[in-house]
Amino acid sequence: MHTAGIRAVFSLARSGFRLDVDLQLPGLGVTALFGHSGSGKTTVLRCVAGLERAPDGFLSVNDEVWQDDAQGVFMPTYQRPLGYVFQEASLFAHLCVRKNLEYGQKRVPPASRKVAFEQALELLGIESLLTRRPESLSGGERQRVGIARALLTSPKLLLLDEPLAALDQKRKNEILPYLERLHDELAIPILYVSHSLDEVAQLADYLVLLEHGQVVASGPLQETLARLDLPGAFVNDAGVVLKTVVAAHEIADALTRLDFSGGSIYVASRTEPLGRSVRCRVHARDVSLTLQQPSATSILNLVPATVVDVADTETPAHVLVNLDAGGTPLLARITRRSRNQLGITSGLAVWAQIKAVALLG
Amino acid sequence: MTNLADLNTVDLSAIKLTLELASLTTGLLLVIGTPIAWWLAHTQSRLKGMVGAVVALPLVLPPTVLGFYMLVVMGPQGPVGHLTQALGLGLLPFTFPGLLLASVLYTMPFVVQPVQNAFEAIGERPMEAAATLRAGPWDTFFTVVVPLARPGFLTAAILGFAHTVGEFGIVLMIGGNIPGKTRVVSVQIYDHVEAMEYTQAHWLAGGMVVFAFLVLFALYTFNNSVNRARG
Repeated sequence: MHTAGIRAVFSLARSGFRLDVDLQLPGLGVTALFGHSGSGKTTVLRCVAGLERAPDGFLSVNDEVWQDDAQGVFMPTYQRPLGYVFQEASLFAHLCVRKNLEYGQKRVPPASRKVAFEQALELLGIESLLTRRPESLSGGERQRVGIARALLTSPKLLLLDEPLAALDQKRKNEILPYLERLHDELAIPILYVSHSLDEVAQLADYLVLLEHGQVVASGPLQETLARLDLPGAFVNDAGVVLKTVVAAHEIADALTRLDFSGGSIYVASRTEPLGRSVRCRVHARDVSLTLQQPSATSILNLVPATVVDVADTETPAHVLVNLDAGGTPLLARITRRSRNQLGITSGLAVWAQIKAVALLG
Repeated sequence: MTNLADLNTVDLSAIKLTLELASLTTGLLLVIGTPIAWWLAHTQSRLKGMVGAVVALPLVLPPTVLGFYMLVVMGPQGPVGHLTQALGLGLLPFTFPGLLLASVLYTMPFVVQPVQNAFEAIGERPMEAAATLRAGPWDTFFTVVVPLARPGFLTAAILGFAHTVGEFGIVLMIGGNIPGKTRVVSVQIYDHVEAMEYTQAHWLAGGMVVFAFLVLFALYTFNNSVNRARG
């Protein structure tokens, strides 16, 4: 049963709650476990860490078996090469920041240390905090120290349990860039639990949607968000993520051009340098469709696309259209009447008009 | 009152014995009481309530009750008495080891409860965090739990020591009144008063008052400063 990537099979019955998951996840990049509270996402993470034990479970991480109850294998948490960041940083109150950071590092044999102390400090921007006590740190600082502390154990898997949930928006914005850097600069697979679609859209490569302890959908981020068969709770906020690159700053009009596989979009002038990767969220309700390329329209962002599929929504007046724009999935929420009048069916070539784009980060 | 020279050698040996008994009782209780406190703080067992109640019994029972049953159990006809005789140790009542055993039982709640409260206040999370940082259970206990529970251990040690020094009833019942063996300060004061030796009684009793005050003063000051630091 050895497999590359992460394979996790857990079932667990608690009073009023049943977890039943069978996951095959990529062994690299950020996988988001997304769901509302009570969906079981944190329980999955705790099972992966060995903090909870699902009977008859199985877990392998990149060819290492951490739990296989059929073979009587259950590695206790402290023997698993993982890093865990709790919702509240859970720093040790009796130790200063430096001692907190060293706690995990010195328990890893020197030969296995892959993340240098200075590298972790620099990555999380905590060089100036070393002599501070945890109680004197802000929530955001604490969380950054918690992440650095986990990284210093040179984990083969990093588990983040809603690391931003306890922070206000300002602190979130302070930490998100550091999380993006983890993603870009370290080759450590990350499991990221969140109930914020914005965080997921910004960070994740792979998405697992959980509801009532069951996996509703699982797959690459962009494709999964564009699926039409997700349950209502997810469809209400339906939208896709565009992975774009800053292509030009058109200073005369105060616009920035972002290129993606399906074309280009313009947003109000940005400060990111050319070539920087930027993710955007496009809500289905902000996308409308035309059959011909409109010549006189105030909408700047027009993308040619092909209709893949059409599905009903929870409101009888609307349908959801899944489009393919040069390999990038898009969703459009249009009225049933428009669908009928334009004769929109799969295979049809259309123009998607994007009225609003939310840049992430 | 005149001067310290009024304290005779019997008084001094009573003070020495008291300090020995209190130190040994406290030391033993920290060793025995910590696992009991850990178990009480973490168990889901239905026995928790019962064990907790048994540990707390000395708080509410008069020392004479406990002393009486211990005499019976440790006496020549009691089960512990049979055991100690079979082992060639003789009988425990009216010996220093017997007095120590009685002190340990009688002072148990004063040590177990502060430590248990400290363990409960720490919760599971720091231990889980330590486990994710590669610390095994014993490692976690000594590097995370004990330092975080330090105020609880200190309170337990001070209360345990002070309570043993303040014992009277159970000492009289189990230890009796044997100079150099079981005659501690509280009993010696009683003897002085009985013999109308008020000067010596004053010295010892006054010393006890000062000692008790200093202990409690240190305890309250320390706890306040810890609370403020934790803020």
